[in-house]
Amino acid sequence: MLSGGVSPEVAAVVIGGSAGAIQALLHLLPGIQATAAIPFITVIHLPPRRPSLLTELFSPRCSLPVREPCDKEPITSGIWFAPPDYHLLIEKDHTFSLSLDEPDLHSRPSIDALFESAADCYGSRLIGIVLTGASRDGACGVRAICERGGKCFTLRPEGESDISIMPGAAVEQGASPTSLAELADVLRACADIHHTEGPALENHS
Amino acid sequence: MTAARDLPEESAPQSPRDERALDALLHAIYGRRHYDFRGYARASLRRRLSRALTELHCQSLFDLQTKVLADDHAFGALVRLLTVPVSEMFRDPSFFLVFREQVVPELHTYPSLKLWVAGCSSGEEVYSLAIVLAEEGLLDRSLIYATDINEESLRRARTGVYPIDRMKLFSDNYFKSGGKRSLSQYYTAAYGAAVLTRSLTANVVFTDHSLATDFVFSEVEVVTCRNVMIYFDRSLQDRALGLFRDALPRRGFLGLGSKETVVFSTHAGSFSALPAREGWFRRC
Repeated sequence: MLSGGVSPEVAAVVIGGSAGAIQALLHLLPGIQATAAIPFITVIHLPPRRPSLLTELFSPRCSLPVREPCDKEPITSGIWFAPPDYHLLIEKDHTFSLSLDEPDLHSRPSIDALFESAADCYGSRLIGIVLTGASRDGACGVRAICERGGKCFTLRPEGESDISIMPGAAVEQGASPTSLAELADVLRACADIHHTEGPALENHS
Repeated sequence: MTAARDLPEESAPQSPRDERALDALLHAIYGRRHYDFRGYARASLRRRLSRALTELHCQSLFDLQTKVLADDHAFGALVRLLTVPVSEMFRDPSFFLVFREQVVPELHTYPSLKLWVAGCSSGEEVYSLAIVLAEEGLLDRSLIYATDINEESLRRARTGVYPIDRMKLFSDNYFKSGGKRSLSQYYTAAYGAAVLTRSLTANVVFTDHSLATDFVFSEVEVVTCRNVMIYFDRSLQDRALGLFRDALPRRGFLGLGSKETVVFSTHAGSFSALPAREGWFRRC
């Protein structure tokens, strides 16, 4: 086990959040080392019908490439953001796919859609991180990841604030409550994984 | 290194069993109902099927299979659940702006035009294109093929009736797309609905066509197929793009959704993106 109880087998990290989540991401994503060899795939609830500025916001701050995937784009290492107004899903051939199905819990992209499809694809090799927000999106996804042996973390809910609804729901489904600093450690541990395990993994192919 | 792709496939506890039941369902539907969903992208298909299980009161995919093979009504409901993406008029206004400003001027050089809206769903895209063609003086010499596999969608597309509360959004989109009038000139409001002007579809042929099982039926100068192939896996996308390649002459236009591209397809070399992009490609 690496720091934060992260298994060295982890192949992907999925992150979801809504209100307050961008602040947390500004603290977390720039800390990920450029040598990270796994994807960090992120859904943030944003208003539809306008271009997302997330890649513009995070690209200059992060050492990894920050991108919005096209449909059927192969998943490579780096930071990926769901395009606004599409659900972002993971296919078992390790490509992204997009969907315009109805919003889930009033949200498109839906955190559950990403987490559940990622759990189908990566099984126990997945880490799910739920940030803050005023909806229960992400909770079903956390359950799916935990059922398949993956590990989930969430920001420790603070008091009765609205944006604690999301982490509270995630904790009910099995996510471990952590501080922002601990989450940053988890992400750095994930980024280290293929640094040390890379050659061994390549032997599988 | 593309780390994630090099990993052996993870087998989640229920996943192989689900996968087999899913394959069985899709094969049965193809064999008995002649609808081919086998090439649909699995992640979104699974989500749609889980909704279908709830709505059709089935406990498992096997239950669902039994029900939709025996019951025409249930099968119709399943097709609706699997094929209806919510659409809107002038979705992604910049797509229509590029159509108006960069595609239309070239279309003016043709004495007659054929366009193919593949996967037209309930018709919003067809009416949007027809409005631009009308405003640019091209509608009279255009023939539009509007195709879909969902009969109910085709029926709604033919009717051209949309809830009036959608028109505010459609009007905003229309305005952003370079619309020259007011969208309200193209519809009549009655009983909570907006009825699109019949003259827009005088030269539209609404017809059943499957990108999974049917073939090219005509040469066309423009194909649009937006946010349809996102529901296909890569091999079905290749099939559909192969049809578009064969239907388009050299320098013909292909319009896709804003997050769709040909670059991951085996037909990538047959198309090049317009400099403005916005989902527009040209047959090379």
